[in-house]
Parts: sequence; C-alpha cells; structure tokens
Amino acid sequence: MTTADIAHAHAAGRRRTGLIPRLRRNLPLSIGLGILWLSVMLLVAIFADALRPYGITAMDLTNRLSAPGDPKHWLGTDELGRDVFARLIQSIRVSLVIAFSATIISAIFGTALGFAAAKFRGIVEHIVLVLADFQAALPFLIMSLAVLAFFGSSMVLIVCLMGFYGWERYARIARGLAISASAQGYASAVVQLGASPLRVYFRHILPNVASTLIVSMTLTFPEIILMESGLSFLGLGVQPPETSLGNMVGFGREYLTRAPWIMLTPALVIMLTTLSISLVGDWLRDKLDPTIR
Amino acid sequence: MVRFVISRLLRALVTIVAVVTFAFVVLRMSGDPAQVMLGPDVPQEAVDAFRTSWGLDQPLWIQYLAYIKSIFTGDFGVSMRDKESALQLVLERVPATLQLTIPALLLKLFIGIPAGVYAALHRQSAVDRSVILLAILGFTIPSFVMGLLLVLIFSVTLGVLPSGGQDTWVHGLLPTITMSIGGIGILARFSRSAMIEVMGQPYIRTASAKGVTWSNVVWNHALPNAAVPIITIVGFMVGSLIAGAVIVESIFSWPGIGRLLVVSVSNRDLAVVQCILLMIAATMVLSNLMVDLLYGWLDPRLRRQTVH
Amino acid sequence: MVTPLIEAKGLTRVYEMRRGLFGKAIPVRAVDDLSIKVLPGETLGVVGESGSGKSTLGRMLLGIDPAQAGAVTFEGHPMPAFGTAEWRALRARMQLVYQDPLAALDRRLTIATQIREPLDIHNLLTKSQRDGRVQALMAAVGLRPDQADRYPHELSGGQRQRAVIARALASHPSLIVCDEPVSALDVSIQAQVVNMLRDLQDEFQIGMVFISHDLKVVRNVADRVAVMYLGRIVEEALSDVIFASPRHPYTQALVSSVPVPGQPLKGRMILQGEPPNPADRPSGCAFHPRCPLATDICRTSVPALRTIGVGRSAACHLVEGATAPIAA
Repeated sequence: MTTADIAHAHAAGRRRTGLIPRLRRNLPLSIGLGILWLSVMLLVAIFADALRPYGITAMDLTNRLSAPGDPKHWLGTDELGRDVFARLIQSIRVSLVIAFSATIISAIFGTALGFAAAKFRGIVEHIVLVLADFQAALPFLIMSLAVLAFFGSSMVLIVCLMGFYGWERYARIARGLAISASAQGYASAVVQLGASPLRVYFRHILPNVASTLIVSMTLTFPEIILMESGLSFLGLGVQPPETSLGNMVGFGREYLTRAPWIMLTPALVIMLTTLSISLVGDWLRDKLDPTIR
Repeated sequence: MVRFVISRLLRALVTIVAVVTFAFVVLRMSGDPAQVMLGPDVPQEAVDAFRTSWGLDQPLWIQYLAYIKSIFTGDFGVSMRDKESALQLVLERVPATLQLTIPALLLKLFIGIPAGVYAALHRQSAVDRSVILLAILGFTIPSFVMGLLLVLIFSVTLGVLPSGGQDTWVHGLLPTITMSIGGIGILARFSRSAMIEVMGQPYIRTASAKGVTWSNVVWNHALPNAAVPIITIVGFMVGSLIAGAVIVESIFSWPGIGRLLVVSVSNRDLAVVQCILLMIAATMVLSNLMVDLLYGWLDPRLRRQTVH
Repeated sequence: MVTPLIEAKGLTRVYEMRRGLFGKAIPVRAVDDLSIKVLPGETLGVVGESGSGKSTLGRMLLGIDPAQAGAVTFEGHPMPAFGTAEWRALRARMQLVYQDPLAALDRRLTIATQIREPLDIHNLLTKSQRDGRVQALMAAVGLRPDQADRYPHELSGGQRQRAVIARALASHPSLIVCDEPVSALDVSIQAQVVNMLRDLQDEFQIGMVFISHDLKVVRNVADRVAVMYLGRIVEEALSDVIFASPRHPYTQALVSSVPVPGQPLKGRMILQGEPPNPADRPSGCAFHPRCPLATDICRTSVPALRTIGVGRSAACHLVEGATAPIAA
C-alpha cells in the first residue's frame, strides 16, 4: 500500500497542472449527462422553497390519487391529494441534505481517527482498528436499525447515524497515507523543521491526501442516499410529515396497483442520482487517482 | 501460521466483545430498563423491586459483566411482545431467511463471477460493455425499488408471480431475484477488474509465451490468482446471509429475520433486536475469520503483512 | 578549549530485525558505542558504505532517532526528547538537508512558502521581514526570484536541493546535518551544490556534518573526516591528513579508489568479500573478513578506537599508537 501511495502522490502532483481544461476537453456524453442531472438536483435542493408549487402537506381532497399530466398536479397526487411534484422537490432536498451532511461528518470523523492512528500508533491505532473491525462486523443497515430501535427516529439522529457510514474507509486511507508521508518525505521534513503536529497534519498532510479523500466521498455519497432511503422506506428513517425519497417510495408502495406514479417518480430520482454520482465518481477517480480502480 | 491463526482469532473475539459492549451501551443509554419494561405508571416500590431483582442497583461494570455472562450462556432475555425467549423467536425465523439468501447467493456466484471473467477476457467487446452497464445499474438501483418494479411488472401487470407470502417456492422467486441482482452486479464488476489485473501480470504473459494453451493459462494461472480479491466480496456475502434480506423480506412479507427485525424495531422490542444484532455480528465475524484464514492459505504474502 | 557545538558520547542504536514469519528478532546495532564532536563552524565529513550507520548517526545527532545508550549534547545542553516542545524549539538552531529533495518538499506548496516555513514555525522576524529574508535566501542559494512561486515538481533536481538548503538556512541554524545531499543529483550539478554549501557554511560560520559515501565530495568540503564501518568509527583525522596518509586498512582501500586529478590511479586496493551486513556482524574486528592484513587477533578481539597522533585516531590492531608523525 505505502509505496503505491507514494507513487500515486507523485503522479497526482504531476497531473495537477491544467486539470480543468483537460477535464473539459474529453468529457464523455454519459458523464456530461450525469453532471447535468446532479446540477439540476443541486439547484432543486437549494431552491426547493421557491420551486414547490404547493406545501408538502397541502391536501387537495377533490383530486386524490390523480394521475400525472393533470394541469394542476404535473406528477399527480397521492392518497391525501398532496401534490407529488411538491413532495418530490422537498424529498430531494431532505435526502441530499442528509447525504451531504453525513458524508462530511463521516469524512471528518474517519480522517481524524486515521490521523490519530498514524500519529500516536500503539494503543490508539489498535482502538481505531478494533472500531473498524466492529463496523465491518455489523452491516450498517442493521446497526442503524438497532440504534433507531433504542433511541427512536429523529432527523438529527439520522444525520449522525449516517455520519458513521463509511468512516472506516477514510480512516484507513488517511492512516495509510499519513504513515507513508511521515515515514519518509515532506511530513518528516516539516517535523524536522520544528512544526507542531497540528501544523504537520493540517497544513501539510491533509492537503496532500485531500484528492484521495474526495474520491472516497463520491463513493460514500450515493451509498448514504441508498442507506437513508432504505431506512425511510422501512418507515424507520425520515418520519412524516417530513418526507424523503425513500419515505415517498415506502408510502407509495401501498398504492402500487392504483397509483404507481407516487412510488415511481421518487424511485426514478434515486436511481438517476446514484447512477450519476457513481458514473461521475468513477470517471473522476480514473482521472485523479490511478491507484484505485 | 499458528501465530497468524491466533492473532485472527483474537481479533474476532475482540470484535465480538466490541459488539456486545455496543449493545450494552446503547441499551443503557436509551433509558431506564425499569421504565421501559414496566411502563410509566408503576409505583416507585415496584420499580425499586425490579431494579434489585435485575441487578440494576449494582455498579455499572458489575451490570456489564453480568450482561456479558448472560449473553455467553445464551440468555438474551424475553421478548416484550410475545413473552417468549428472544433467542427462540429469532432462531425460528432463520430457516425462512436462508431459503431466500442461499439461492440468491448461488445466483450471484454462478452469474456474477462468470460474467465478470468473460467480460475481462473479452475486453472492449459488446459483451464487456453491457456487463459493465448492467453491473453499474445492478448496484445503483436500490433493492426496494428493484423489488417494487418486479412486483409491478410480474405481479400487477402480468399477473404471473405472487407479490408476497411464503406458501410455495414460486413465492420465493421474486424476492430471490431482487436480492441477487445487486450482488451479481458487484461480483461481475469485481471479478472483471480482478481478472484484468491478473491478466496484465508478467507471469501470465510468460505462461502464454511458453506455449501453454490459452484455456490452461486462464484456468490454472489467472483464475486462482484472481480468486483472492473475489473471496473477500464472497465472504462478505456469506456473512450477510442472515442480515442481507431486511428490505427484501419487508417488501415481500417474507417471515424471516429481517422482517422480525423491522417489526421489533418498530415495537421497540429490545431483547429481540439485541439478539438479532449479536447473531448477525457473530455470523459476520465468523465469515470474516474464515476469509482471513482462507486468504492466509491462498496467499502466503498476506500472512506476513498482517503479522509484522 | 572551545565548547563543542554538538557532542555525542557512547551513542548506541539497536534495531530489531525480523526475518520471515517465524524468525527471531535479531538485534541490529546500527550505531555502536560511538563518540563524536563537531566544533562551531567546523565541517565534519562522515564516510561509509551503505549500512555503515552513517545516516542513523545523523538522525541521532539531531535527536530524531532516540539513543538506547549514550547521549548527545548541543552547545553543552542535553538533547531534549524527540517531539517535545523544547526539541521543536531547538530545530531553529539545527537543520537537516535530505538526500532526495523532491521527497523532502511538499508538492502542494510553492518554493517560497516552504523556504519561509521555518520562520513561520519559530515566529522569527516580523511578517513583513520574512518575505525579504526569503528573497535573500533564494539569492544566496542561487535561485532566481521568479522561481519563488514555482512548485517543487517544476524545478530541476539541483534547484530543488538549493530550495531545501535555503529552507534549512532560513532560521540561521548553527548546525546543519547534510545526509547524502548531492548523491541524488547529476554529477555535473553535484560540484555546484557542494561548493555553494561550503561557501554558505563559511559565510555564516555554521557547523556542518556532511554524510556521504562519496570520498571525492567529502574531501571537497570537510575539515575533518570520520570513517564508519558497521556502526563504529574506524578512523578519524583532519581531512588533509586522512587523504594523504590513511592508516586503517579500510580507509586505505577507500582512499586508494579516489582518483587524484592529473595522476593515474595507482596502488589501488580492491576490497574483497561481502559488503558489510549489520545484521550479521563478524566477530572481532568487523572488517576482518575483507581485510588483506587480518591476523588471528583481528578475528577474536574488537579493536578500540585509539589516538594515533595529534587529532587523529584509528581502530585497528595493526596500527601503531601515536608513533607515526603526522604528514600534512
């Protein structure tokens, strides 16, 4: 691992020059579409309040379970006459906000633990490894279910819980890169200049491993979306009246025969979003990081 | 080798203890068990009596030791809902889950790996491209969407397959397929890249250059070496034989562990949740252990790396 | 007598090396009961083959590698433990120049930022003065002002090493340890960098430990030379003396292989046998398996480092003590 990391570190350094123009030059169609879709999702999440034609709980009792194409309700309504389009927009925002916050938390948490393991070695490193083993031993969905069973579901808890998703990946990467950096090379050189550990880790090592960590984030992000929507689908994630993509699919499932659109539109959004992130992330990984396939 | 096995066993044991501790901590943090068990409107004397009889007035570490002891003697408590032994309840559901997960595992293995290997051997061909595309689709479509789509197509629209229940083997078809699709995608993609990596190695070129027949090269030189990374994924799948069906069982009302878990979580039936948690963790740790040992046997290099 | 800038007494560093999965841990004495000192403004050359422990010695002098036995004193004070605040503060006074300048530089920061870093870390000068100091340093090591905003990979190997040296000099240290500073550079660049180092050392009166396997280079810079073999000093003398009349057979072999300009290489001693392996140290004099003059005593007893003249010492049973006049 270590020699590959160093090799990669050098390679990435050389590749850095003129990244943006090169990215623009050879952009496959599928990647372009993926980026386009993700930008749309991002805009929807940001401007959800302005885009929403109705409130998410506003009921139009005369138009219950109306099919898509209705001039008042483009994507139809659900069993309570709530506008599917409005709920979809809100769901996109909620799901993206959860996934985004959780990805950031997980990256920070994992990187911090990985650095701690690399810095202190010995007992700290063993504890981090045991925690990683623990995470590997319990499928994340199961662990989340257990925690939700004991504590009940709330938005804050869901974000925190999802924030534990995939931390061990960052920890492993950060630890490996930090150890190889401080064993030889710039980090030990900076230590030798008299820099404090904080300066070594945050001013020198972190910027150097950032690209690899960002690539990992593109892996974690869609998985967190899937995890959250899975939990919400089971009725244990985001709770009504709030709504998320998984939660919409979960409730839409009751009307699978009579009103499949309630479930199909959010399902489609989930699929397209995770697919786009996976495609764009894969492509980015190939561009930025030749050591991970 | 002995050292390697011992270090692995030790790690597995530590992991199990970590999971037990996790269950204990979460259990204690989630509220006073007396309140949870007895309900809010119970007189203080009854609460105190309950605390004494369950040892809740003891220091925390004694409670912890007692907890560990009860876990290792197989006492997982009583389900609050059915007043039955939690372990009994959980064990009853295991066969139903395995009825789904084992066939699904076989499908994953027998479709995913050959597809990946074939794609790797015919790189850039139409087959390769479609394998990649289907593989990506396979694991980006969440299983609950896949399950509902299959129900929509085969049960609602075509009306050829049942959408729920566990009466005959036909009822198992849709859940099994739903469950295997994601895994097939993952395995295909993984075996493809593992195989491509191996085929690029110098010893493969040497073997072909020596005049070893192509099929011999693939079967005797490339596949055994590509097997090492694939085993990790397969090990993980074996480990999730019990845990992997939560969502699918819920969609298809299949009375397995996963459904029991979801129901128990909704009812906050802590004893059952905890029992399932530990059982799943134990399965996972065991299969990880097997994979590690298998690794050590297949690839002596790893043995050295992990010990030093 | 001047207080030595840095002094090491009885330094010992033992690594544990494991062979294979079941192998026993073998203690490897990288540096073995070694004593050395450097005076202010003096350059000490440390010469030896790879595996002789010379790099470990350099790191121990700086307090990076801990000593199992013995002690290092810097300007009369004991070296603080690695990583402590005192140790970090002392970095402003002592610096290390690395063999591989690309690895020693952070590829994400500009050269100027990195040269400035010791000033930032030790809070030297005012913020505005630091830029001026960086410019002066760059000029001193022969870097152009327009190279300030370059990244390490945009410079040549020699330029990178100049940047590393500028960074090492930024805090006005009184000691720098150069660990094979030019061996990664092209031969044509080596001389330039070495000459620059010597000029700077002379100008700022810096004490220097110059570690190298290359006698030609050491001869160029060092005032005094210590020759290391398997973790010990086998001979130490003024540079001119040791090159003119090496006494230890190992030094003789090394010196005989260095060509002198304008003269044919003559009387060259070729070393026989295996290069030294610190994990498998021969009994007696560690050099005896390769020594053309080895006798029975060499195989059984370890020769001590003895004074054999004014300011020179050697560890060899066959070298007479303090008799030979010092040929200059």
